[in-house]
Amino acid sequence: MQKLLAWVDQRFPLTKVWEEHVSKYYAPKNFNFWYYFGSLALLMLVIQILSGIFLTMHYKPDTSLAFASVEYIMRDVPWGWLIRYLHSTGASFFFIVIYLHMFRGLMYGSYKGPRELVWILGMVLFVALMAEAFMGYLLPWGNMSYWGAQVIISLFDALPFIGPSLAEWLRGDFVVSDATLNRFFSLHVIAVPLLLALLVFLHIVALHKVGSNNPDGVEIKKKKNADGLPLDGIPFHPYYSVKDTVGVAGFLILFAAAIFFAPEMWGWFLEHDNFTVANILQTPPEIKPLWYFTPFYSILRATTDDLIKYGLLPFVLALTALTLVSVRELKTKGIVVIIAGFVVAGFFGLEAKVWGVALMGLSLILFFFLPWLDRSPVKSIRYRGWKYKTALTIFTISFVMLGYVGTQPAEGIYKMCAQIGTLVYFAFFLLMPWISTYDKTKPVPERVT
Amino acid sequence: MKKLLVVFALLTAPALGWANEGACGQVAKCDPVKVDLNDKPSLQRGARLFMNYCLSCHSASYMRYNRLGQDLGISEELVEKNLLFATDKVGDLMSAVMPKADARAWFGTAPPDLTLEARARGPEWIYTYLRSFYRDDKSPSGWNNTVFPNVAMPHVLYEWQGSQRAVFKKNDKGMAHFEKFEVEKPGTMPPKEFDQSMRDLTNFMVYLAEPAKLERYKIGVYVIIFLAVFFVLAYLLKKEYWKDIH
Repeated sequence: MQKLLAWVDQRFPLTKVWEEHVSKYYAPKNFNFWYYFGSLALLMLVIQILSGIFLTMHYKPDTSLAFASVEYIMRDVPWGWLIRYLHSTGASFFFIVIYLHMFRGLMYGSYKGPRELVWILGMVLFVALMAEAFMGYLLPWGNMSYWGAQVIISLFDALPFIGPSLAEWLRGDFVVSDATLNRFFSLHVIAVPLLLALLVFLHIVALHKVGSNNPDGVEIKKKKNADGLPLDGIPFHPYYSVKDTVGVAGFLILFAAAIFFAPEMWGWFLEHDNFTVANILQTPPEIKPLWYFTPFYSILRATTDDLIKYGLLPFVLALTALTLVSVRELKTKGIVVIIAGFVVAGFFGLEAKVWGVALMGLSLILFFFLPWLDRSPVKSIRYRGWKYKTALTIFTISFVMLGYVGTQPAEGIYKMCAQIGTLVYFAFFLLMPWISTYDKTKPVPERVT
Repeated sequence: MKKLLVVFALLTAPALGWANEGACGQVAKCDPVKVDLNDKPSLQRGARLFMNYCLSCHSASYMRYNRLGQDLGISEELVEKNLLFATDKVGDLMSAVMPKADARAWFGTAPPDLTLEARARGPEWIYTYLRSFYRDDKSPSGWNNTVFPNVAMPHVLYEWQGSQRAVFKKNDKGMAHFEKFEVEKPGTMPPKEFDQSMRDLTNFMVYLAEPAKLERYKIGVYVIIFLAVFFVLAYLLKKEYWKDIH
């Protein structure tokens, strides 16, 4: 065995990689509950790929066969129902895990230097995962699959100049059709999963270069012992490999409970309207995406003329004024005034639905800039002042609220909530420089607690 | 930290309940129905009803006859002898006896496939719908339904239920609201027995929509017991490894 390993090591850095990333990768010893979700996200990726491989063996990407082939999997393929529920419930659990993983980053400032690239790669992963989920949702060819795709793709129609041809290029047709189903199948089973695998690799390589953050936001590499090992670090294996196994077991209990006892989750994971085959003549009463897209979908729907006039316009003007008052550099002031000028002109010149699409895009883009929007000297919420804590709490509540109202008809109180939520969402990011600058922080300890 | 978790749980918990709320057309609330897939006699009675009445016009084209026989404990011979109307192969999918083109000509629309109806509309909807047909001289078939207004389907089981009239009341805004049914002519079945039959049929349709439901709860219990044992062992292993980390 030793000889074989030596033979391999001479030709491939097996031991080196193992030590660097597993047995001698030093992670802070104070990880708490929130640090399970990284490894759980990886677990979900593996579950989705494995169950997806078996679904692909029986699924038919053809508008006249797709829906029936899913039912064939549910009935005639041995254990097909289990494979299918693993995949469909898995999609929702994947997003639950990812959202909690991202929330951990917000709480403990994991996006802050030197981990900006880890965060950005993670955000690219999140966007790729959204694309993967969106295209996968068309494949069962249920009525909600069809109309969901129809509505979301026609959003691109709203974009000026390139919109209509872009939407047509995405669909491969003038409406969602067989061509769309086939290309979504291809992208869903090959292109995006490959991209996801590559991005996960990069995300982990970048993480292991800078080392993990922790609930105290203390850099463990600053305090090392005589051997050059971090005093507050412990090798990932065996310590965190056994700890994450506990996390995996706990998570799988919940996952199995959903798969075996509530795979539809009362319409939240599998929508009732998706149990009828796609019908071009029959629109479902309420077209809505699955829950993991609804926060962003809410922002899209909330953007009406009213929101622009009474919400966004005052918001942009106030933000510009704030910048002019509080920023010293003339260059920054100039840039902000020019951008604000364009935005305000756009408020009057462009239709509200164009802004809806733009804001939905912006709501994702802003996440990428968080490392630079946050100017606080401390990372963890434990040592931040009340301002950031309050901001994060309000943001989290309104994000969940946006998610909920996105599943409801866009009228009355729901529309109102979506509009308030939208303003809160953007305020959280765009006011972050001030919130984090003027927040009164507590002293960060030298070592982890 | 724990506070945050509690807040999260509280935020998401009510949302779970709301998603399932569904009205039944002109009826404010669907009638509750007891779905019990362990009640095999009920499933068998429902299957007989479904094959004799529904399958004449509707298909259940994702389901096979022999699968139904196996799951409900009906021998292949019995299925072949008593339940095959549209085919002579027991492994076939359950298509409708009536050709689609004829159906379109007779009813103006092809009757929908019923395999997944219970998952698309829910058992309460089906149960209420089946019992909500009423006489309506203005409709082409002479029947209407409060749960599905102006539905093309006639009241197939009127001999059993008899016929009833719907009483609508105008509210202060002048809109007609469904009030109650009035029996016009009693059927051959007492109302209680008819409701029982419709419950059997609904129960069967829940099975039909997801045959895996028969086994998935049972397997789930074992899976979770296994995972719980695994969780305890993993936790003890973790504790052993971590005892010198402070």
